[in-house]
Amino acid sequence: MEALGVLLTFPMNPYLEEELDRRCKLFRLWETPPESRRDFLRAHAGSIRAVVGNAQVGADAETIDSLPKLEIVSCFSVGLDKVDLDKCRQRGIRVTNTPDVLTEDVADLAIGLAIAVMRRIPEADRYVRSGSWKSKGDYKLTTRFSGKTVGIIGLGRIGKAVAKRAEAFGCPIVYYSRSEKPDTNYTYCSNVLDLAANCQVLVVACPLTPETRHIVNREVMDALGPKGVLVNIGRGPHVDEPELYKALIEGRLGGAGIDVFEQEPHVPEELFGLENVVLLPHVGSGTIETRTAMADLVLGNLEAHFTNKPLLTPVI
Amino acid sequence: MHRLTFVPANRALPLSLIPRPRPRPLNLRALPRRIACELASIAGDRDRELELPLVLILRPLFPAFQDALRERFRFLEPWESSLPTHDFLSAHANSVRALLCSGPLPPVDASTLACLPGLQCVVATSTGVNHIAMDECRRREILVANAGTVFSDDAADYAVGLLIDVLRKISTSDRYIRSGLWPLKGTYLLGSKLGGKRVGIVGFGSIGSKVAKRLEAFGCTIFYHSRTRKPSVSFKYFSNISNLAAESDALIVSCALTNETHHIISKDVLLALGKEGVVINVGRGALIDEKELVNCLMEGVIGGAGLDVFEDEPNVPQELFVLDNVVLSHHRAVFTPDSFSSLLQLVIDNLEAFFAGRPLLSPVSA
Repeated sequence: MEALGVLLTFPMNPYLEEELDRRCKLFRLWETPPESRRDFLRAHAGSIRAVVGNAQVGADAETIDSLPKLEIVSCFSVGLDKVDLDKCRQRGIRVTNTPDVLTEDVADLAIGLAIAVMRRIPEADRYVRSGSWKSKGDYKLTTRFSGKTVGIIGLGRIGKAVAKRAEAFGCPIVYYSRSEKPDTNYTYCSNVLDLAANCQVLVVACPLTPETRHIVNREVMDALGPKGVLVNIGRGPHVDEPELYKALIEGRLGGAGIDVFEQEPHVPEELFGLENVVLLPHVGSGTIETRTAMADLVLGNLEAHFTNKPLLTPVI
Repeated sequence: MHRLTFVPANRALPLSLIPRPRPRPLNLRALPRRIACELASIAGDRDRELELPLVLILRPLFPAFQDALRERFRFLEPWESSLPTHDFLSAHANSVRALLCSGPLPPVDASTLACLPGLQCVVATSTGVNHIAMDECRRREILVANAGTVFSDDAADYAVGLLIDVLRKISTSDRYIRSGLWPLKGTYLLGSKLGGKRVGIVGFGSIGSKVAKRLEAFGCTIFYHSRTRKPSVSFKYFSNISNLAAESDALIVSCALTNETHHIISKDVLLALGKEGVVINVGRGALIDEKELVNCLMEGVIGGAGLDVFEDEPNVPQELFVLDNVVLSHHRAVFTPDSFSSLLQLVIDNLEAFFAGRPLLSPVSA
């Protein structure tokens, strides 16, 4: 695959980058300043036949248009919100993603975030490190996680994995999905507002599409309420971020565990001073094991395409 | 004429023990009806209070527990006296039959028990009873009740929360974001996958078994150590903790602190656990050799730790404060309103059972 030109959009994984560099002709998009990117792409359009994107930078219409030789977009993510799928369909460009290998890690993190927020573990860690235990005591009570009703938006692979874990804590499960899933015993809610009103922990686990943008809005946060906790392991734009901040500060929402933001890596600084949030830098799939598995899947899909074999995890 | 107030000659005597002269009964029929009813009610209250069973406490009750407990029991509070506690107990607590122990300080040690010849029951508000002289209680056949399993769910949740936090770097990443570093330095460190990890649970009681049930759902393989193998438990049993550590990726410490389990997590166990290994402690600080633990963490001999308890609380080894692979918490694994209200009910139920001659609800077995 030496002559094969691959555009890597973001420094997403050192192992992936090394392998692509070793096996192909690698172009690193982020090394060019944004204003020169169009020229950069035009200069190399003749050789770029594959794009490897992730949740931060994908393959939008402009990028796809500037690469006439593009045959495949291999995403280092399961989410496809940063890929212009319509354009790919029009041009006959294949698209792959990384499902299944990251399901467990993302679900683990959702539960970890819920417990961290409700039991205030990062706050305790800060408290001890500041020396306050010795000087100030503190026997504040925090909220029990076991037995709380967990509401899941999107009962796909990740949503089901979250449910399975929460059940082990005695948590009743309710969910919202575009349509009811016949193969589960969980309680279905036909709209997100009802879901929020009927649970204490609300987990966002659906894909980001134009329909699900801001699916967690002010009304939903109010319905979740002053004792409710929001956990976002989906995409930043699932949640109306300014409204989230207001709801937290005003006590209309009890707490939030957030792994994804509307403008990563920028997190609204107003959140930094809050004790009832836990903030993570988009690490849902961020383990050495899973990122390696994702990288292998990206490489495997590219190899399959360029040796005319069936793709491993095709979307288009 | 009778005196309605009594000034004690001996100021060392607390109010709770001042004998109050009972006034001559008033002729209620001679009084206006409303006043008669109020006076009858006050007299009744005082009579009822004097009938309430007497319980010794060595430190103030939790504020949230005061009302419910004082409705049902009278309390002997030695600190109201200027006498040192043991002198006070020797002078005034001879007939005390029950002691409510609501914290590790002061401990219910042998010298305290020696001042309480009438003591028949100790009710503790914790699951751990390492601060109570259990051998002496057994010798004198003093019944001891603890917090039973009211704390188990919260303790198990917290242990799992600490494990996920250490492996996935939740607290440290949160700190990373709040210090503004994400836009400046990009992606932080990668964590370690929980699924497929072998977790060794030290102490397979109520907490240990609930931890196991939770972690199974995350795809962990569960091993355990207990004083004896449990026939009803299907997980692999290890009689030797170093062997358990050698085959585990994480150890969760949830056993009682006794003479036998002091420093059960020793340097050898930590070495066996290895440089990717993580230890989580929601039991008692002294279950782990803390000095060795700190050395192992600083030298990278083990991979990380989540600690809710320490050998000398509230002192925490400061060397831990600069480590990113450690999560620290101030002994609050069970501090939820649910646990506390269950605890209050259990304390009341145990004391009432004792005074009624019924078996304790959560006796600590030998």
